[in-house]
Amino acid sequence: MKPRQQRMLAVGLAVLGVAIAAGLTLRAFEDNMMFFVDISDVIAGEYPEERNFRIGGLVVDGSVMRQEGALDMSFRITDMRCELGVEYTGVLPDLFREGQGVVAHGAMGDNGIFVADKILAKHDENYMAPEVAESLAKHVDEKTQTLREGTTECEQP
Amino acid sequence: MWKWFHKLASPPHFYRLAATLIPWLAVPGLMLIAYGAYAGLFVAPEDYQQGDAFRIIYVHVPSAYLSMMAYMFMAFGGAIGLIWRMKLAHAVGAAAAPIGAAFTFLALVTGSIWGRPMWGTWWEWGDPRLTSELILLFLYFGYMALRSSIDDTAKADKASAVLALVGVVNVVIVHYSVEWWSSLHQGQTLFKEGGPAMDASMLYPLLAMILGFTLVFGALLARRIRTEVLYRERRTRWVREMILSPEGGK
Repeated sequence: MKPRQQRMLAVGLAVLGVAIAAGLTLRAFEDNMMFFVDISDVIAGEYPEERNFRIGGLVVDGSVMRQEGALDMSFRITDMRCELGVEYTGVLPDLFREGQGVVAHGAMGDNGIFVADKILAKHDENYMAPEVAESLAKHVDEKTQTLREGTTECEQP
Repeated sequence: MWKWFHKLASPPHFYRLAATLIPWLAVPGLMLIAYGAYAGLFVAPEDYQQGDAFRIIYVHVPSAYLSMMAYMFMAFGGAIGLIWRMKLAHAVGAAAAPIGAAFTFLALVTGSIWGRPMWGTWWEWGDPRLTSELILLFLYFGYMALRSSIDDTAKADKASAVLALVGVVNVVIVHYSVEWWSSLHQGQTLFKEGGPAMDASMLYPLLAMILGFTLVFGALLARRIRTEVLYRERRTRWVREMILSPEGGK
């Protein structure tokens, strides 16, 4: 092998090695790489209990309740399969509205309601029409907003 | 083909070629940016949800794209420099780094300014897209710091080329972060399956901005490579002859 080919091989193997190492690391920390947990997973009990975490989904139409004269509010969040109640006190981002994707940071309360300390609005990649988070796309037909065939109903443990 | 390749790799030849190239890149680039900025700010309609705030994409998207593009120049320059021992390729990497860092910074800042009113946060630790783009900025800083910490140019070239190649994996992560993991950052708009998810009146100014930014990046890169080549070849005869010639290095 010529020296140039040896160098080519060395560079190629080095890049490949780093890529494999990075891939394995990211795979091992997959759960931590996720910015938020799907609602279905929360309902199924698959969420970190010891610490705060984020949930992501759509705000259910007609579910937003505000308290008169206060910043307290509650709403329901869905991934088109499971729904979860969320309580929050504070200022909401401009894009927060019913039917819109949101990410809430907080922890599960004892009563099965998610107590949020921070609400973020999630914007989609469409610069015309509304977006459904990627987890939703699996369960929902984009055009009809109905459950796709073969999608199971919300499973509770 | 190889003859052309070797000629391109010759510093004096490239030094002159780059000078010819710069106006051909810069002038159309600036014209496209002028059109894109005007059409993006005044002609394109408001977004149905974001209102006028969406217009920051006309700077954000080209910057973010070039932050990765410049890195690929750096990495490929490093690889070619290491494998073929081509000094000019290392010069390309050295020249690309500060431009890439500037675009990365611009992408982060414009994204943050947009994120405050839209998401409701300037910055979210833990978001894969945001975090990997910040790591990209640190890779640029590391590359530049490593280069300037080694006096011997040949050694600096080798060490920084290895660093650039190791960091390539992060560019892949930046690109796919919104597909692999759940993320606050929205997914791909332009390269989405089934065509860009954007109205044509918004899309054309954006494409003009992307092409314009790319051409201006090319002009800046050509200019920085010239400076880099001149510095590296400062003790050679062609540089001395060029400076002493009647044209004085034009």
